Amino acid sequence: MIHRRQFLRIAAAGCGTMLIAPRLVFANVETDRRFVFIIQRGAADGLDTVVPYADPGYAALRRDFAIDPANALKLDGTFALHSSLTELGKLYGKGQALFVQAVASPYRDRSHFDGQNVLETGGSSPYQIKDGWLNRLVSLMPRSHDEAIAFAPTVPLALRGKADVTSYAPSALPPAPDDLLMRVGALYEADPQLHPLWSAAMEARGLADDAQARQDPASIGKTAAGFLAKDEGPRIAMIETSGWDTHSGQAFRLANQLKALDTLIASLCDNLGDAWAKTTVLVATEFGRTAAINGTGGTDHGTASSAMVLGGAVKGGRILADWPGLAQGSLYEGRDLAPTLDLDALIATVAAESLGLDTDLAMRTLFAGRPFNKALHGLVGA
Amino acid sequence: MTTAASQAERLAVAMNRFGLGARPGDSIPTDAKRWLIDQFERYEPTPPAFERALPGAEIAHRFSEGRMAVRGGDAVAKMAARKELRQNGQALYRDEVQMRARSALATGTPFVERLVHFWSNHFAVSADKLPVAVLAGAFEREAIRPHVLGNFEDMLLAVVRHPAMQLFLDQIRSVGPNSPMAQNGERRNRHNPGINENLAREIMELHTLGVRTGYTQADVTQFALALTGWNVQGLGAGPNGEQPGAFAYRPRRHEPGPRDILGKTYADTGEEQAGAVLHDLATHDATATHIATKLARHFIADEPSDSTVQTLASAYTASGGDLKAVYAALVAMPDAWEPRAVKFKTPWDWTISSLRALGFERPDMPVAPLLNQLGQPVWRPGSPAGYDDAAASWAAPDALVRRVEAAQRIVGKAPVELDARQLAPELLRGTLSDLTRREIGRAESGPTALALLLVSPDFQRR
Repeated sequence: MIHRRQFLRIAAAGCGTMLIAPRLVFANVETDRRFVFIIQRGAADGLDTVVPYADPGYAALRRDFAIDPANALKLDGTFALHSSLTELGKLYGKGQALFVQAVASPYRDRSHFDGQNVLETGGSSPYQIKDGWLNRLVSLMPRSHDEAIAFAPTVPLALRGKADVTSYAPSALPPAPDDLLMRVGALYEADPQLHPLWSAAMEARGLADDAQARQDPASIGKTAAGFLAKDEGPRIAMIETSGWDTHSGQAFRLANQLKALDTLIASLCDNLGDAWAKTTVLVATEFGRTAAINGTGGTDHGTASSAMVLGGAVKGGRILADWPGLAQGSLYEGRDLAPTLDLDALIATVAAESLGLDTDLAMRTLFAGRPFNKALHGLVGA
Repeated sequence: MTTAASQAERLAVAMNRFGLGARPGDSIPTDAKRWLIDQFERYEPTPPAFERALPGAEIAHRFSEGRMAVRGGDAVAKMAARKELRQNGQALYRDEVQMRARSALATGTPFVERLVHFWSNHFAVSADKLPVAVLAGAFEREAIRPHVLGNFEDMLLAVVRHPAMQLFLDQIRSVGPNSPMAQNGERRNRHNPGINENLAREIMELHTLGVRTGYTQADVTQFALALTGWNVQGLGAGPNGEQPGAFAYRPRRHEPGPRDILGKTYADTGEEQAGAVLHDLATHDATATHIATKLARHFIADEPSDSTVQTLASAYTASGGDLKAVYAALVAMPDAWEPRAVKFKTPWDWTISSLRALGFERPDMPVAPLLNQLGQPVWRPGSPAGYDDAAASWAAPDALVRRVEAAQRIVGKAPVELDARQLAPELLRGTLSDLTRREIGRAESGPTALALLLVSPDFQRR
């Protein structure tokens, strides 16, 4: 027989709601805010997302594949939004979407895996730092609100580190009975690697009340909103998207990718309800793609790309860019959109302003040793 | 050091770390090391599990015929043809996964079979696109399996020339900007033909040298130009008898002129130009280190020591890339026999070892959807880097719950007479912990005990 005390501890771990229920509701405005990072893995093409239609270089470089501004949503006199992003266009109209163009991490070579490593760790070169900036962001939050969650079966690098995080993704497998879960908990009790992971999983299971959760973009947005909207739910979340590596057939593939992203964010917004006013979503990719179309109707690995900041408190309805232009002489190494804004400074500013943290402290903690462009401020309201 | 305990531990390491997991009733080898090395003689590149498999060229050919059907007819006919093509493609992919699992369960050479899976992931294609999904199984059977005990360069060549890789990394549409085809404007596509540097970059970064080993963007571009003309034969047979859907060199796409790559000039020898580059990449010191690091990570530790990597790299260089010599050096290393299991199994490893542990001789359930749910869809890593080979990528909260759910499902198909209390010490030999033994003994039912065995910390690692 299991000892009674041990049984109680395990049973509590097996039914996350028991751990959650007794907690106080936090009235603190600062910790009432939510921050969601959506990573676009594979190097998303910024030029076909936030299209610089007024730059004559764009049509020249993309030739027959250039997006016709007549089919896109004009954002201002220079940029237009890809036609797949109808819901994000509406947010822009409401002043809740800010699009950032010609932005890049410090990484300047063109490997996905190194680029993602720099983007997620916050280092200035690959493999220099072991943990992720999103995990270090958790460490800046008040202690009682230290939960963060990855909407994936495993924990992505940006969220790995000292602070406890959990992960959750809808499963199509038959759920295991509580008795089995409890026994597994006992089996992992002495294992330093598996015990904390199991505890986190049981806690997330208690939070997830949508047994019908599915894996399409609208459902993922809804599932994520379900966690974030709870008074006691996590405040920081990460959602992974992939499939952005459009070396060929870009027009069709990117339209589908962006449609899925648009659907996911719209679903997150709708299902968050009132909490959307306190939520900021940041969308970014590891690097951009070549300015010119390649021989196979696609684009190859490049440098600067676009990023998006969305949410109820975002000071949006505008474009943030120091536009370098697409003339041949302006391209980075003669082939890519040149980076003129730092992605790391953007992340630190948006995260800090969203969560009511000091921006300098956030920059030092998330991206130590990197220059801080303070011109990037006032992106998210209090 | 031949106490009874260490002998049991060595057998557990041979079967679970080097092999694909012990099976109940497996005959017990007397010499663990010998058992591994002897598998090189007994390995069958085409075991009975694959007897129904179609050649890749035939799959590619059938698939392109299906695509032609999609182009003809009215809108309704097109939609029906497209649906049929997609369903056929998915059925073929699931069959291929099923055959792969069957081979992994039935094999008499599990160490070599593990190496096939290792190399297939090293040279990853990703079944995100339908044409790659239908060819992924053929790719492993044709480019990896015949060369797993051969020379690295031969495997590299077979990989680069295979239609699955040509399609996956966009090589089939790459055209030299000054090639006869481009100059004569022969291409019917509405855009100007040009090169696609995807294959060249990933060969250097992922397949051979490794990232940050000194090559530049110019080296990548020059290599991509050298590779132009390496292609796949279309619907009709080629002028030199090339089979439809198989590799073909198409000189009219080849960029003329010498190429400068990594400080060496390669004369324009047509098809052989890229072959000469591949030869130098395969025998480069950086490649030896890269391959050695990945093998050490797979068999010894997530972060292998420099001396471990150096030992394997030296074996690679000294043998000129003879893979059997590298494996022999691996098996000879004391580090590889550390009894404590430190490698957290990937979902594929865990599924196969679970099925083997319960005595399945063939997978009695669809394996492809199971691996989707466990987070490691077969041949679909989503990127040419393949799946990560470190615990941090697989040991995560939700992933553990998935394994418990999957264990229940697998156990539900197992023979009722299996007793976890007897099975656990037989499978895990000297490495079963007291805690796991105790918890299995306390389970409320036979199936629960088996499920606990499969998700125990002891069984989740190798």
